[in-house]
Amino acid sequence: MTEAFARLGRFGIDSVRHLGRASLLLLQVLASMGEVLRRPRLLVEQLFSVGVLTVLIIAVSGLFVGMVLALQGYYILSQFAAEATLGVMVAASLVRELGPVVTALLFAGRAGSALTAEIGLMKATEQLSGLEMMAVNPVRRILTPRFLAGFISMPLLAALFSALGVLGGWFVGVGLLGVDDGAWWGQMQARIDWNEDLMNGVIKSLVFGFACVWIAIFQGYNSVPTSAGVSGATTRTVVHSSLAVLALDFALTALMFD
Amino acid sequence: MSRRESKSGKASQQQAVQLSAGVKKDEPGYEAVPLVRIHDLHFSRGERKIFSGLNIEIPRGRITAIMGPSGTGKTTLLKLIGGQLRPDQGTVEVDGLDVHQLKMKELYRLRMRMGMLFQSGALLTDLNVFENVAFPLREHTRLNDAMLRKLVLLKLEAVGLRGARDLMPAELSGGMARRVALARAIALDPMMIMYDEPFTGQDPISMGVLVKLIRQLNDAAGLTSIVVSHDVKETSAIADLLYVISDGRVVESGAPGSLWESGSEWTRQFMHGLPDGPVPFHFPAPPLQKDLFGEQA
Repeated sequence: MTEAFARLGRFGIDSVRHLGRASLLLLQVLASMGEVLRRPRLLVEQLFSVGVLTVLIIAVSGLFVGMVLALQGYYILSQFAAEATLGVMVAASLVRELGPVVTALLFAGRAGSALTAEIGLMKATEQLSGLEMMAVNPVRRILTPRFLAGFISMPLLAALFSALGVLGGWFVGVGLLGVDDGAWWGQMQARIDWNEDLMNGVIKSLVFGFACVWIAIFQGYNSVPTSAGVSGATTRTVVHSSLAVLALDFALTALMFD
Repeated sequence: MSRRESKSGKASQQQAVQLSAGVKKDEPGYEAVPLVRIHDLHFSRGERKIFSGLNIEIPRGRITAIMGPSGTGKTTLLKLIGGQLRPDQGTVEVDGLDVHQLKMKELYRLRMRMGMLFQSGALLTDLNVFENVAFPLREHTRLNDAMLRKLVLLKLEAVGLRGARDLMPAELSGGMARRVALARAIALDPMMIMYDEPFTGQDPISMGVLVKLIRQLNDAAGLTSIVVSHDVKETSAIADLLYVISDGRVVESGAPGSLWESGSEWTRQFMHGLPDGPVPFHFPAPPLQKDLFGEQA
């Protein structure tokens, strides 16, 4: 019994310590943003590896999620003779929820894990130590451009996911199931609100992006410099990011749409 | 590097030089002031004590080797000298500056005058050989491309790898990677270089090349070199001064010749690589019979 309490206490202390270290790292990253803006090439390189290389998985997933939404929505809405609202249903689901959430989950799996593994391996192979000894701050040179690139990429990827999802839904709904083309786009234009739907989706994707990249760079920078350590850190990035995204989604949805 | 326009300027360097035991660079006796002074150093990792009262002085312009069995904290010592770790107690002075009292900017300025060769080379894997050597120059100077190219090629020529400039780190052998790392370490013309286990895992030819390079660079560029190693033969062949450390303290120090003939049993065992002696062959354990047969023994 005492042992269980001790373990719980240790877990609590470790969690607070980790959070403190992650917050300090975040402060350092935010404090060195100026350097990245002065050397935009560092950011452009990372935008490519974090953002552009994630486009394919996001595009394909968005397309299929939209197609499935249209299929499922059609079968339900047709029971109430409300097929004309299929476009609204697909678009609202995508821009409000599925776009930001699924993009963030995929982003954590593709880009977040890659960031952690890259930074962790740089630590394990003494590249970060080497930078320090060359009087180059690794937070400024390595972490900050990656953090900013991830933060910028996430809303753009979420927008791409939602746009392709709507197109996938249109292909199934209008092209295959015979929903009226005018009703599909007209209803969508009339019912999707700029602030209520689109901007809230953008805010969500910014928050998710911030959380995912923060977790990814912290796990990489804080990893034990061994193969097992880097592997563990990569797994933690995906698990922690996914849980953080789902929890934040609930909190943000409750705040935005109460 | 005299034509280099350093971003940090030279004022801080001169200030550091003047601070060195109160002796200015141009004054007599300056050369006799040690470049690195480690005084009463204590350092622990968790419960484990790595150093307990370590005292070392590294003279200028010479090759000083720090030797000891694996796990005695030789690499940790280099990280303490470079300010990457903080001691629990004691001081590390480099060129008159207390490394652990410096602000981050000052520490980075000091590190620009230190080179370090890591055991793994620590080359940036996404840059080719040329860009790896150019990296510190691009970060800390405003040299134009033509001047930078000439400097990098000269550094690579010094380590015999000018022809390998376009290779990626993954295409290099272990010995070549260390030579590239050495070229990078001397890119900013530092006052000292720290070598972390430079000979580990090298074939005899690479080892010979590295031994020659360390000696040549030290003498030609007027560097101060600190070599951390447990390769007794190679290290004592180039070192001017040897420190042997064990259990967190200096066991013995002196010229290599005197340590080969040391009266200390421990030093003799280490220098001659004897399998048994004061450092026992067996790790402490309960009696074998008790382990095999339990309480019956």
